Formats: sequence, structure tokens, C-alpha cells
Amino acid sequence: MTLLKKTQKNRFFYYSLAFISLFFLIAIFAPLIAPYDPLAIDLDHIKEPPSSTHLLGTDTVGRDVLSRIIYGTRISLFVGVSATLLSLGFGLIIGLISGYYGGKVDMFFTMIIDLFLAFPSLLLAIGISVVLPPGLFSVTFVLCIVGWASFARLFRGMVFSFKENTFVDSARAIGCSNMRIMFIHILPHCMPVSLIAASLKVGSFILAESALSFLGLGVQPPTPTWGAMVSLNRCYLPSAPWMILFPGLAIALAVIVFNSFGDASRDMMGQDVKI
Amino acid sequence: MKHYFFKRIFLVIPTMIGVTFITFILLKALPGDPVQGLAGERTSLETIKRLKKELGTEQPVLIQYTGYMKLLFRGELGRSYYTNRKVTTDIKEKLPNTIKLAVGAMIFSTLAGLLLGILMAVAPGSIWDRIGQVISVSGISIPVFFLGLLFIYLFSFVFQVLPPSGMGNGSILFLIMPAATLGLNSSAYLARITRSSLIEILSQPYIVTAKAKGVKKSSIIVKHALKNAFIPIVTLIGLDFGSYLNGSVLTETIFGWDGIGRYAVEGIFKRDYPVILGCVLVGAILFILVNLVVDLLYGFFDPRIRHSIKDEI
Repeated sequence: MTLLKKTQKNRFFYYSLAFISLFFLIAIFAPLIAPYDPLAIDLDHIKEPPSSTHLLGTDTVGRDVLSRIIYGTRISLFVGVSATLLSLGFGLIIGLISGYYGGKVDMFFTMIIDLFLAFPSLLLAIGISVVLPPGLFSVTFVLCIVGWASFARLFRGMVFSFKENTFVDSARAIGCSNMRIMFIHILPHCMPVSLIAASLKVGSFILAESALSFLGLGVQPPTPTWGAMVSLNRCYLPSAPWMILFPGLAIALAVIVFNSFGDASRDMMGQDVKI
Repeated sequence: MKHYFFKRIFLVIPTMIGVTFITFILLKALPGDPVQGLAGERTSLETIKRLKKELGTEQPVLIQYTGYMKLLFRGELGRSYYTNRKVTTDIKEKLPNTIKLAVGAMIFSTLAGLLLGILMAVAPGSIWDRIGQVISVSGISIPVFFLGLLFIYLFSFVFQVLPPSGMGNGSILFLIMPAATLGLNSSAYLARITRSSLIEILSQPYIVTAKAKGVKKSSIIVKHALKNAFIPIVTLIGLDFGSYLNGSVLTETIFGWDGIGRYAVEGIFKRDYPVILGCVLVGAILFILVNLVVDLLYGFFDPRIRHSIKDEI
């Protein structure tokens, strides 16, 4: 029974991994896959429902919805992954220092971490977004500011428990520097958990990016982003639902895939991670 | 116990100061003149002079910050660039609507989450469990704004049973869709927690005893198991109440709900900075206060939580 369960869970893990790779392939090879130019305006074919020429229909100025979704993958993945990597790195460093040194250093960093966790994340993202020039890097930066604290808190707690271990004492006994203990001895133990936490975070960052794009604070048009596609066409919901439905489904699918990957790897490694 | 309460309340102070400091930095980082930003474009020169003196824009940043704090304590968040109304007045007017929506969402998410969770836990691995899993995974992953539009399309255009947007003078019909949209995400989490904690409890010896005594299955679940699964569930319900502030920004925009979320979004579209930053600040303060109340309540109800928090402190 348990063996069966384990292989089932593994299967789940590989499925979600396959889907993630698919998303990356779509993003990388977007120009080859997309049937049309995502920016090409075709006023003879506006608001056409899905058909054999335009698989997912066209929007208000005749742009192919499928091609725009395919190109939108690039923005979502880029923002989701790079914001995750940056906030993971930053959170790891702060978490390591805070957990390892403890005492006053820890108190100081914990206060800052708590401060950032005290904001409702979307509101903070909005507040920072309005003062920055809109664009790809601003969105990534904003999500990092919003997201690093939960990583830092996670790793701080982990390092706190690790540093009681004998291997840390032994490392200190043979004269390793603090830096070496932190980054060579303790850091590798944080890696499995950071994989799980990161993939869960990619999902939530993709959601957040789409929300910011929906509010007009993300990457600016005419660059296609999923959130903006939903937002800009929403008044056509009754007459041309495909313009909203498919980009929305794309967001949901991407988030499901990354969340499932996180869940599956959590189950496989038997770790309890909350991020 | 008193010690715990005071400590928890005391811890809010540095967070509040930090939050105001961040909004202050954002205010300073705004394009344009911060004084103009705080006062609005149609303010008289005198007011600007007075504000400049109070803010002391020529003075060091820390002194400027204390000036900003003084303004905040008087409830001064500036005026909207467009309507020239005080942001605090607007927020006071719109806040009850947001709270109404959040309470509606909480009721929805509690009912739906518990029901789904129980349904899944009764027979793990069954078809109901599978369906419930799919619903809860999609509920967590679907963007709020997309879900709202989906609801509008289904219930207002296809089936034509619910009004697509607006407040309808407080009619409950207008509340159903926004509340469901806002609450679905947390009901998905709730269903997961309910499922896992119920499954764990259902394997306990005392449940077996109850079964052996011949207690009905429904009564085992409701009376014996659910009672003990309550603490993680209630914790989640409480913590999610604060996070509704995030979702309300999008939900209110889609359903034309006149709360602070939509107010903030209108501010974004018009680049009405005092409005945006006012909403960010008020939102953060509300979030902190709600979390504080939730923490204190749990500390009151369950001493174990109190001690675990105490250890952290």
C-alpha cells in the first residue's frame, strides 16, 4: 500500500515536472510556436470566435489570442522565476545570519522581517509599484520586496535548529570561520526545503504578477501579459468571452502546475514547509 | 496571562512605526513635490505653506518623519487630487462596505471550506475526495479577478440569476458573488486543513470507541471529531480575515463594490497618490490590528498557543 502510494506521489511529481518543462519550452520557443505575431493588428478580423484559423479567437484589434498567450508565458515565467530566485537568495542570507548569530542581530532582523510580513502583500506591492516606472524589472523588484521576508523567516527557523547539531560544533572546533560554517556547512541542509518553498512561491508570484498587470501596474501594453489581457478585455465579457477565458485559464494552469510541483516534492521529501 | 497580552500588544508598536516609515519613504519617493502630493493640487497656498512648515521639507529626514507622524495622529492623510475630498473621510465612508464584504466572504469560506473538507475526510481516496481535491487545488490557484469575471459570466449572463455588479442598496443578492469570489481562495485552504486534521483525528482510539459503541457516523464526525479539529480551522479562519484586504482590491474592482479596495484602484488608474498611499497605510494598520485581535483571542481560548508564542518572544 505504502509503496503504491509512494509511486503515485512520484508520478504526480514527474507529471508536474513535465508540465513545468513544457511551460519553459513554450516560453523559450515562443516565436517558433506562435502562429501569428502577437502584436500584429488585423482590423478585418476583430473579435472573431475560436476557429481553425485563429484557434483561440482574436481580440478587439484582431490580434491572435493564442499567440498573445504564448508570448505572455515569457513574462509570467520570467517574473515568477527571477523574483523567486532573488527573494530566495536574499531571504536565505538574512535567515542564515539571523538564525546563526542569534541575540541582538536576530532581534533586529526579526523586527524587519515581521514588519514586511505585517503588510497585506498586494497593497504593499501596489504602494511600491506606483512610485516606480512600470516595467519588467520593476515588477520583479516589487515582488522581491514583498516576498523575501517569508523565505527569511522560514530559513531563520531552520538554521536555529541546525546550529544545535554536533556538525556545527565540530566545524567550529576545527577552526572554521562563521562564514564557512554558515555557507558551507549549514546552507546545504536548507536546500531541499528551499526547492519546495521556491516552487510554491513561483506559483504565488505568477498570481501576484497577473494581479499587478490586471491593475495596470505590471509590464505595459502592447507587450502581452496574461493579467492585462483579462483586464483590458473584461468589458467584452458577454460578447467575446474567449478573450478573457483563455488567458485566465493560462494563469490558473501555470499556478496549479507550480503549486502541484511544490506539493509533490514536499510529499516526496516528507518535509513540512509553509511559505 | 496578563503578561502575554501586554507583550503582544506592546510588540505592535514597533511594527506600526515601521509601517508608517515605509509609507513615508514611498511618499518621499513619489514623482513630484511631496507637499503638493499630500495637499492635493487645488489646495490654497496658505495650506501648502502651513503643511511645508509642519512637514519641514527643508529639515533632516527624521524630523520630517516626526512631522508626518504628527499629521497622521490628527488623521491627516491628504486630499484626493481629483475630488479634493479628504482621504480619511472617503476611507471612513467606504470602510464599512469593505468590512461587510469581508464578513460575507468569511461566512462563505467557512461554510464551503468546512463542508468540502468534511466531505473529503469522510472517505479518503473516494471519488468525493478526488473531486474535493481538484476543487481545492483550483481554488488556491485561480486568480481572484478571473474567478470574479467567470462568476459574472456564468450567473449574470448565461443563467441570469444574479446581478453582475453594484451594491443594490444593501440587497443580499448583490453580496453573494463578491463574497464567494473573495472567500473561495481561503475556503480552499480551509478545506485542506479540515480534511487533514479530520483524517488524523478519525484514526484516534476514542473515535474507534465511539464507533464500537454504535454512535452514528454523522454524530461521530460532528460531535466527536470536528470539535477537536476546531483549533487549526478557527486559526486559519481568523488569519484569513486579514488577507481579505488583498483580495478585496481586485474583487471590489470587478463587482463595482464601493469599498476601500476599489477606492485604491481608482486612485491607481488616476495616479491619485494621496488616495493610494492612504489606502496602503490604512490597509496595513487594519491588517496588523486584525492579526493582533486574532492572536489575543487564541491566547485567551487556548493557552497552548499562548505558550508557544511566548516561547518565540
